[in-house]
Amino acid sequence: MRYMMLIYSNEDESATPEEMRTVASAHEAVMDETRERGIFRAADPLQPSATATTVRVQDGKALVTDGPFAETKEQLAGYYILECQDLDEALAWAAKIPTACAGGAGCVEIRPVREFSQRPPVNA
Amino acid sequence: MHDHRATVEAVFRSESGRIIAGLIRISHSFDLAEEAMQDAFAAAVVSWQTEGIPENPGAWITATARRKLIDYARREQTRRNNEDQLLYEYESRGNTINQQMDSPFEDDRLSLIFTCCHPAINMQAQIALTLRTLGGLTTPEIARAFLVPEVTLAQRLVRAQRKIQQARIPYQVPNPGSLPERLVAVQAVLYLIFNEGYSASSGDSLVRRELCAEAIRLARTLVELMPQNPENLALLALMLLHDSRRDARSTKDGQLILLEEQDRSLWHQDQIVEGIRLVERALGRRNVGPYQLQAAIAAVHAEARTVGETDWKQIAALYGILIASQASPIVSLNHAVAVAMSESLERGLAMVEDLGACGELDSYHLYHAARADLLRRMGRNREALESYHRGVALTTNAVELRYLRRRISELDSRG
Repeated sequence: MRYMMLIYSNEDESATPEEMRTVASAHEAVMDETRERGIFRAADPLQPSATATTVRVQDGKALVTDGPFAETKEQLAGYYILECQDLDEALAWAAKIPTACAGGAGCVEIRPVREFSQRPPVNA
Repeated sequence: MHDHRATVEAVFRSESGRIIAGLIRISHSFDLAEEAMQDAFAAAVVSWQTEGIPENPGAWITATARRKLIDYARREQTRRNNEDQLLYEYESRGNTINQQMDSPFEDDRLSLIFTCCHPAINMQAQIALTLRTLGGLTTPEIARAFLVPEVTLAQRLVRAQRKIQQARIPYQVPNPGSLPERLVAVQAVLYLIFNEGYSASSGDSLVRRELCAEAIRLARTLVELMPQNPENLALLALMLLHDSRRDARSTKDGQLILLEEQDRSLWHQDQIVEGIRLVERALGRRNVGPYQLQAAIAAVHAEARTVGETDWKQIAALYGILIASQASPIVSLNHAVAVAMSESLERGLAMVEDLGACGELDSYHLYHAARADLLRRMGRNREALESYHRGVALTTNAVELRYLRRRISELDSRG
């Protein structure tokens, strides 16, 4: 099953060039290892949330606002999509993903990707 | 055959955990497993009345439930064949079930414990799920024990089961790398269940005893499944040693009786004997963990036939080691009380007050109760009264409230 790992990072911090190199090489390590195992599907970093624009369609009209959907301290900074056996495998990979994109630790949210060929379980 | 319903209930109590664990393995679904098991028990109520009770009722239920699973799978298969625009990537459930029914019997309860106590599930749901699947408690029973509306609890269970399915929380014993950490989580859930029953924070005392009994049964299962782990042995010992005092802990009208005032002839000796034997077995492994220390402390209390005989020195020493591995203000508070009892009240009180100065304990009623008790023993009644009053202001527990009020009225009458 595919799991999406959403990286939430504190944007207010500022990282030294050396810290940024450490983060980058940790990302490379995860990508290399998952590629080798054939479970890498995708991964991308995002531009800071200052570049975000939110669109909400109301009564057929697109309402455009500056900024991210939610103003929180930790903002979405990037993602991975990995093919994992189960949540335990996904958790193990997530723990290796660095979250300090701009310094200061963040977190990774893991969400199973809903496959179109898979109906949601029936709840009696 | 007027007692066949009682037999069905007894089988449900003692074997439903094992049965449902196996059904979840073969169906990969909590929902289907539960449905199949319920159908099988319903069938038993009808069938056993006319046919008589089978020689091995548990095996009868398992076989019937497995047939139900195959029926469901066939039904699903037919429905799927009619919906050919949808692709299904997973294999036919019916085939999987037929293959796996022949696999050698193994105890699936261990996998089930680890799934129910998976850290990706919210703690309240872990507790409910464990009691529901392994403990065989019904949703209304659990709701009553935890004083939450039945609807809320049912939703919590559905959400957890859905997450297990959709996020694919594995149904297996964790790999050796994460096993120690995950086992700690399982032990914590079982201990929480016990404490919920034991602390009598509110609610029906009968339901609460049931919770203690259930926690002991689950801890026993864990020992049976992983007998090499000393902390499992110690967890069971700890529960047994605490539970042995249940009849001595309160008066008929629900007044809390502290350890030192309990009628020790009411302690259940069979549980004490078993508990102490388990503690000794656990400590023999030389891998001392927090449950072993707590169980050892409980054993020291259990061995004292009178309060005066209590080996407070040993208890203080054990708390001292416990602080090193599991530092918490509460452990420190207990350590200070043990020092007060074994060395001197003054020294114990000084330690208690040092702890209070850190601030963390200031809003904790037992801190004020402990401080008040020491002051009372030292004859500093006015200060003791003040502390008892602070304790009263901070607790909502009716039983403890009564105890604190009793102390206050005793001191008041002494002037």
